[in-house]
Amino acid sequence: MTVGVSFNQLSEEEKMQHFLDRINAGEKIEPDDWMPDDYRLQLIRLISMHGISEIMGALPEKEWVPKAPSLHRKLAIMAKVQDEMGHGQLLLRVAEDLMAPLGKTRHDIMEDLFSGKLKFHNVFHMDAPTWGDAGIIAWLVDGAAIISQSMMLDSSYGPYARALKRICAEEVFHAQHGESIILAMAEGTPEQRQMLQDALNRWWESLIMFFGPKSAKETGNSNADKNIMYKIRTKTNEDLRQEFFTKYIPRIWSLGLTIPDDTIRFDEESKMWIYMDADWSKFKQIVSGNGPQSQNRLDLRRRSYKNNEWVREALAAKKAI
Amino acid sequence: MTQETLKPQEKAALIELLYQMGDDDFILSFRGSEWLGLAPHIEEDVAFSSISQDMMGHANLYYHLLEDLGEGEADRLAHLRSPDQFRNAIILEEVNGPGTYLKEPEYDWAFAVVRNYFYAVHKQIRLDSLRHSSYGPLAEAARKIMTEQYYHLMHWEIWFKQLMTSTDEAIQRMNAAIEKVWKDFGGVLTLGPSYAEIVKANLIDDEAVMKKRWTNKMEAVLKEVGAGYPGEPRMERGNGRNGVHTDDLKQALSTLSEVYATNPATGW
Repeated sequence: MTVGVSFNQLSEEEKMQHFLDRINAGEKIEPDDWMPDDYRLQLIRLISMHGISEIMGALPEKEWVPKAPSLHRKLAIMAKVQDEMGHGQLLLRVAEDLMAPLGKTRHDIMEDLFSGKLKFHNVFHMDAPTWGDAGIIAWLVDGAAIISQSMMLDSSYGPYARALKRICAEEVFHAQHGESIILAMAEGTPEQRQMLQDALNRWWESLIMFFGPKSAKETGNSNADKNIMYKIRTKTNEDLRQEFFTKYIPRIWSLGLTIPDDTIRFDEESKMWIYMDADWSKFKQIVSGNGPQSQNRLDLRRRSYKNNEWVREALAAKKAI
Repeated sequence: MTQETLKPQEKAALIELLYQMGDDDFILSFRGSEWLGLAPHIEEDVAFSSISQDMMGHANLYYHLLEDLGEGEADRLAHLRSPDQFRNAIILEEVNGPGTYLKEPEYDWAFAVVRNYFYAVHKQIRLDSLRHSSYGPLAEAARKIMTEQYYHLMHWEIWFKQLMTSTDEAIQRMNAAIEKVWKDFGGVLTLGPSYAEIVKANLIDDEAVMKKRWTNKMEAVLKEVGAGYPGEPRMERGNGRNGVHTDDLKQALSTLSEVYATNPATGW
């Protein structure tokens, strides 16, 4: 910018160019900086969805908190779900700052969740009927989350990048906790191994879905492409999924487990994993609130929001002593 | 005293006391963990789940002291004893409200605040006393626990005072919760049938002394928030230190041991 010309006097096009120059130079955008509305909206969409997914994601594991099969496992899973809730809180704070100029608050986020307008991650709509599922969630779902979140550690939006740095550090512990559960079961009785295999079978398609469709073709929107342009993210959904396969498929096989996909193989020529794609119409149904546990879990949050209305009123009425 | 210098009678009294304290923390931690995702706001979900995790850690410490005394593996103590072998106070096992933690929970935040606050006050008094316990490993454990307990007490005290001095509805709900907790809180304040041996071995202060500290503190706090003192805390449903319990404990233990009990011999 030329000295003497105030930023506010620039045309919208010039502001946009200035903004793009900044992110292309690797600079971080901070909450009070000028940003195009579209960038703000993309961030709100992404970060509120991420934050609320962390919060909804605590619910399937919550089912296994009291049932965890030793004091050690109880302590570990309690620490994990607490971390997830903490990630949700951290991310919602980032989203709230972005929403403030639009006159929106956390209340709007919760209302959008309850009405189905704000979606949460496909994996957290699914059943987790056994302790094996708790292991697979911690090992592979958190493992997948590390891969997709690490890509955004260098996100152009400063507060998000900083929050992710903290989150990823904790997710590594979660994946180790998951791996430890998996190893104990894989080395255990035939019943434990079967429980583990059944859980993997249940979760495989959800894990494929975790990274989103290959291209806009499947879902009809192009948020991922836009986020790459804005340097909010750096890799495509398929890049991430391939990374996940490369990291985890050999580990799954080394435990003697079977991946429920006969076609899966690494193609030496293209250096890509060939696999059976997910049913993306099913994915759409799930994230629209029609997964097996979508409404039960939403009901838990709706109910508590309503039951605790008097507490929120009481807190608003008086400042802390 | 150390494990080697304990006389048989002292050892029996110590074991009894450790079960009381371990079971109190274990069961209330479980009730706390049921609240996850249902707390009044997300910040509280984070704080409360941290407290529950700490308390499970405290129970774990006590169970390991019992393991060291030859009572069996800590995991078996937590997961395989029958309800009548549990020594926790009855008020701590009570459900959080109608419904279950998985389905249609109608949990009562006023009850959660009152029960946890009253318990935290007592726990602080108990730990203060345990720092001077004649049994070295217990005094050491108490010092460790106190570093976390300090925050728990502060947390629940803020909630208690804030809700007790807020809207009419909040005050009314809190008073109802106080009345409910008071009916059975005497069960927390007792050292049970082995009381005389526990005190004689200098493991902890006399229960009457500790109870007085608790009632003094409660009188002062209730006065501060403009509430009346409800009189002697009672034990209407019996003494958990005797192994007397409600169906709520039975249900809690079957959930807590659901997976472990399928095969206690294997590694999990």
